[in-house]
Amino acid sequence: MAEITKEQFKVVGKNTKTMESISRPNIGYWQDAWRRIRKNKIAFFSLCLIGLYVLMAIFVPMFSKYDIATQSVAEMNQSFSKAHWFGTDSLGRDLWVRAWSGARVSLTIGFAASIINAIVGSIMGGISGFYGGKIDMVIQRVVDVLYGIPSLIVTILLMVVVGNGVHCLILAMCCVGWIGGCRFVRGEVLKLRESDFVSAAKILGVPDIVIIVKHILPNIMGLIITNLTMAIPGAIFQEAFLSYIGLGIKPPNCSWGVLAKDGIAQLRIHPYQVFVPAFLICTTMLALNLLGDGLRDAFDPKLRGTE
Amino acid sequence: MAKYIAKRVALAIVTLLVLTSVVFVLVRLMPGDPFSSDKMTPEIKANLEAYYGLDKPLAEQYITYMKNVLHGDLGYSMKYESQTVNRIIADSFPYSADLGIRSLCFALFFGLILGIVAALNRGKKLDFVCILIAIIGTSIPDFIMGSVLQYFFGIKWQILPVAQYTSFKHTILPSIAVGFYTLASISRLMRSSMLEVVSSDYTKTARAKGLSDFRITFKHQIRNAITPIITIMGPTVASVLTGTFVIEALFAIPGMGKHYVDSINMADYTLVLGMTIFYGAFLIVSILIVDILYGIVDPRIRLSGKKR
Repeated sequence: MAEITKEQFKVVGKNTKTMESISRPNIGYWQDAWRRIRKNKIAFFSLCLIGLYVLMAIFVPMFSKYDIATQSVAEMNQSFSKAHWFGTDSLGRDLWVRAWSGARVSLTIGFAASIINAIVGSIMGGISGFYGGKIDMVIQRVVDVLYGIPSLIVTILLMVVVGNGVHCLILAMCCVGWIGGCRFVRGEVLKLRESDFVSAAKILGVPDIVIIVKHILPNIMGLIITNLTMAIPGAIFQEAFLSYIGLGIKPPNCSWGVLAKDGIAQLRIHPYQVFVPAFLICTTMLALNLLGDGLRDAFDPKLRGTE
Repeated sequence: MAKYIAKRVALAIVTLLVLTSVVFVLVRLMPGDPFSSDKMTPEIKANLEAYYGLDKPLAEQYITYMKNVLHGDLGYSMKYESQTVNRIIADSFPYSADLGIRSLCFALFFGLILGIVAALNRGKKLDFVCILIAIIGTSIPDFIMGSVLQYFFGIKWQILPVAQYTSFKHTILPSIAVGFYTLASISRLMRSSMLEVVSSDYTKTARAKGLSDFRITFKHQIRNAITPIITIMGPTVASVLTGTFVIEALFAIPGMGKHYVDSINMADYTLVLGMTIFYGAFLIVSILIVDILYGIVDPRIRLSGKKR
């Protein structure tokens, strides 16, 4: 066996500059979440379905040759056909175009009400949790009292007072809807306020607003978005419920709730008129629930790299 | 514990007071008034308004009303002639309560079973089926559930009656329609809480002692996993009771929900107020009872209450 000498070895190249550099692209929090949601087939499919519904809601009423209010005695209660893809209702109105204009109203209310609730709730909860003391006392007592009142009753009464229409529905839903978000954000902020990185920022003299926006908000953003996704089905359901008992959207405008209500009147003879809006409401709520589940997993750093 | 209860009771009273005042103002802001009709002359209307005290200043009306409410008198209906609000509630509430209790029992019984079965068969087919039922259940609004049930069981297969509320057979469909959503959420919660318990140390200990699976599940696991279910019972009671609103209309059940919606549409001030107060008080008190019971059942809550 030959002897191994020191001369046989040489340095093939050692660059101290590039040695420590990160060779793979840096993956941020949002990129990571996006990557994981794409891997989660159910959640990604749900996202696509909601996207499809949104697109249909925007474009179908624009390009359809029928409109939501035109009645036709000759074409009453027709089942699915080439001319009327979802059939017609008891006044001969085309259900395909009504279903998708209904989607416009229902989705707008669902998204707008939940987003406003999330924003208002986060601000109130954030202030309450971050500053504590007297402000916290006042906000929490208000929240405690409002939380005890059945929200549906207040919403019904508000609807009666403010009148019908999309804006009124959103307004009525937001008066009590922000409380859930407020409670949840306050809890999260209370936890983070005591964390080391916030103390460090405070010691360094970072102003409060910067701490909230740069240090606390990114940490709870994932949770807020997950909660938001879970809240949208609730809002869509509430709209359908209010329209169903006759307090929501007024004819000839329609929403999924109105379509379901009209359809139920025809249930005995023409059940397809219920099944169309029922299918749309249920698949939307299902997709949003599943997407919410997926988002919760995607935003959870503990689950990173476990799949 | 006494301090905790006192605090909760005080909060409940304040909540009720706020609810009553808000509703009192909101009802009077409603468009339209109870006496408007074609045949009504201004004189009769003025007489009627004087009779019901609507011509007095709002503050005075409020004080009179609150006094009466504290004596348990919710006043006369303005639309149903010579009917007191108390009477209407007494007539209609039993139907709503009956439906509510039936659907709650249905939801609890099957929800718990589904959750437990799913957790014990984690990752298997049975688990998948249970999760599927739970997710579908939370995605179907109750009135759609009700109408679909009506169509298949009542119209297509003609097994069960479509409407009314006179015998046990009549109660089956509405109870399922109201309770299904709750069933789904209970089973989801029970599953996750059971999963935690299944992997806990005391389950291992019990197994190491050689106890039978049946004994472990019933004596150790379920009793520990069920506490989160009790916490959501308050809100659950609320959601079940509001669920009866639409279902009552759908199945033609003469309960409170129907009267409530009617009274809003007819601007019957006293009836709306009375029903809201009754309904609100019922919910607030039931949530209060659940919370206090929970404090008694679970010592951890009591301790955290003391710390505050």
